[in-house]
Amino acid sequence: MKSKPRASAPTTKTGAQIIVDTLIAEGVDTMFGYTGGVVLPLFDKLYDAPINFIVPRHEQGGCHMADAYARVSGKVGVIVATSGPGACNLVTGLATANMDSIPMVAITGQVRTELIGNDAFQEADTTGITRPVTKYNCIVKDISNLARTIHEAFHIASTGRPGPVLIDIPVDIAVSKHKEDGPVEMDLPGYRVRTSGHARQISTAAKAINKSKRPVLYVGGGVILSNASKELRALAEKAHLPVTMTLMGLGSFDQTKAESLDMLGMHGSAYANYAVQECDLLIAVGARFDDRVTGKIPTFAPNAKIVHIDIDPASISKNVRVDIPVVGDAKEILRDLAKEVEYQERKEWFERIADWKNKFPFRYDSASKSIKPQYVIEEICNQTRNKAVVTTGVGQNQMWAAQFYRFTRPRQFISSGGLGTMGFGLPAAIGAQIGDPKATVIDIDGDHSFNMTMTELATAVEHELPIKVVILNNGYMGMVRQWQELFYGKRYSKSYLSNPDYAAVAGALGAVGMTVEKKAEVPCAVKEMLAQKKPCVVDFRVDREENVWPMVAAGKSLDEMDGLDILESMA
Amino acid sequence: MKHLISALVENKPGVLAHIAGMFAARAFNIDSLVVGRTEDPKLSRMTIVVVGDDRVVEQVRKQLAKIVPVVKVQDFVGQPVVARDLMLVSVTAPPEKRPEIVSLIDMFRGKVVDIGQKTLMIEVSGPESKIEAFINACKPYGIKSVARTGTIAMPRQAKIDD
Ligand SMILES: Cc1ncc(C[n+]2csc(CCOP(=O)(O)OP(=O)(O)O)c2C)c(N)n1
Ligand SMILES: [Mg+2]
Repeated sequence: MKSKPRASAPTTKTGAQIIVDTLIAEGVDTMFGYTGGVVLPLFDKLYDAPINFIVPRHEQGGCHMADAYARVSGKVGVIVATSGPGACNLVTGLATANMDSIPMVAITGQVRTELIGNDAFQEADTTGITRPVTKYNCIVKDISNLARTIHEAFHIASTGRPGPVLIDIPVDIAVSKHKEDGPVEMDLPGYRVRTSGHARQISTAAKAINKSKRPVLYVGGGVILSNASKELRALAEKAHLPVTMTLMGLGSFDQTKAESLDMLGMHGSAYANYAVQECDLLIAVGARFDDRVTGKIPTFAPNAKIVHIDIDPASISKNVRVDIPVVGDAKEILRDLAKEVEYQERKEWFERIADWKNKFPFRYDSASKSIKPQYVIEEICNQTRNKAVVTTGVGQNQMWAAQFYRFTRPRQFISSGGLGTMGFGLPAAIGAQIGDPKATVIDIDGDHSFNMTMTELATAVEHELPIKVVILNNGYMGMVRQWQELFYGKRYSKSYLSNPDYAAVAGALGAVGMTVEKKAEVPCAVKEMLAQKKPCVVDFRVDREENVWPMVAAGKSLDEMDGLDILESMA
Repeated sequence: MKHLISALVENKPGVLAHIAGMFAARAFNIDSLVVGRTEDPKLSRMTIVVVGDDRVVEQVRKQLAKIVPVVKVQDFVGQPVVARDLMLVSVTAPPEKRPEIVSLIDMFRGKVVDIGQKTLMIEVSGPESKIEAFINACKPYGIKSVARTGTIAMPRQAKIDD
């Protein structure tokens, strides 16, 4: 294992100082966290550390901020919380990051070593609680392991299939002293990452691509995580392949290109879903055949040979039998693969795709008098010229953002894909803005998602972040209402709450608030919002019962989409 | 089908929890799990008996290998292995039945390890089928209690691929 340099010359330091110095040695200049009893020694050392420290209003918010910071910047997101309630509040955020393979390090305080197991004040079995929602976690019980463990955490979080790593540190370790001697060697005999793909497998994949008449590249978040977007585009261009993306993969391929099939899956495009069902070769890259993508597994891509490129061997043949697996880093493999592929015209295939694209684009009733949520997103996309960083809530807002904003670059679309965490949008926008200060960051949110973490607006105000929050306010848990409409006889059981006046809430918290009730006001409101320097919340009162189409109902095949007739009638 | 999986793991606190948690979270069924020290004080060996079709067991193997403190995973299926269970069994044995029981023990190459007034404690080791057979053979006398280790195993010609 490679050794990491010491932060400074060997001296006697407290555990808290070792933590801060090790974080700095890892290149941390920004972190998120919330204080409490057992992390006081650490926070004391952070008082004059050269680290931009953001305190959220709730640890969950802080965790999503660190997560989104990592998603936009490619760096490791760092979150600190106190023991017990603080650590428990991280669980949703860690699970969100874990499902989407986001590199994060969480540091939690723990009660004194000798009190552990005694139900001490603010004690929780943090490693026990977070084990299933982290890539790895551990507790440090010996100060001589502290620096090494933190370095290992960063290494594990950021390599292989990335993910959150939690280190639990009892307060007595933070206050005790340790004399550092010699460089820190990582000791991870069980952690090996394979990055370069097997040459023969790559050749086999290349041959399959060259022979294929109807190929589809199916791209997931792994391509973004491995910074392989350039290599992906080069391969698609050289071999002439159409590209469809998962929710997590959006941005990896330029959606303004004719070869983009946009998103596939449950609310994916009809053209992507048809193409997958008819293709003779499906090349999956950094994607994991999630049930929201495949629909009914036995009839998924029935005519296709499947190539699967992934860094995680456990992802291969987990859900769908793979014919040509290639384990390794997407960036390296795509680069090597591009060397062996040839351009094929595939005239018929691309004509067929163009046909589908013409016939079934994402559509909405643009003549409607009410504000259609899709219209708001389209307007934002046009006014920001496809360049904004977009975060989302969960539900219809998220699906419409994925359908109607056309992304052009990686790390531009920040959404909770795997876990589907309502409340992610606002804290994610804050983390994204901190990670990419020059970007226009817009949270396209649902009213009820926003309700869950809107307290973080105060954090945005405090740090003077020019984030924009677009509430697609339908007064419903829209996605739930849609399912109730379709599958539960319109019995809208507990799927609406009375909402506050969001513009007033925003104003009270020191942000700018606007309410938009008329369709004609939308373009101006968007313009005004984009011009704001302060955090800005715009409450768009959208059509209350709009549905997301097309839709592959759970358990149906990808080509059995509902709503195509509705979309066609809007043409 | 039954698979014998052998995992070399770091000898650290929390490792068993990582592994047990993974099995529970992914709904894998385990028949038995045995942990013990190895020749290297930094490593322990776990022998896990898993029941499932090839796809399930392949996932078990991969998910195990993914756990950070798991150093190496082998599935012994299709390989010649020596697999052994150890059992302690307490059998009702009034004096007049003892000669009969002792000859049974001899046939199974077991050992009497404790003698009570009305019971004998017997130690038997061997492949699982032999242990089961011994239990069945003892049933007519009355079994008081059984303690078993679960299976440990090693390949016959140490064919270790990395
Ligand atoms: C934390 C959490 N709780 C519950 C759910 C289940 N859920 C999924 S979508 C949804 C409704 C979302 O409502 P809203 O944010 O208003 O979005 P809309 O669908 O109306 O755009 C709910 C309750 C969830 N995904 N996350
Ligand atoms: Mg809503």
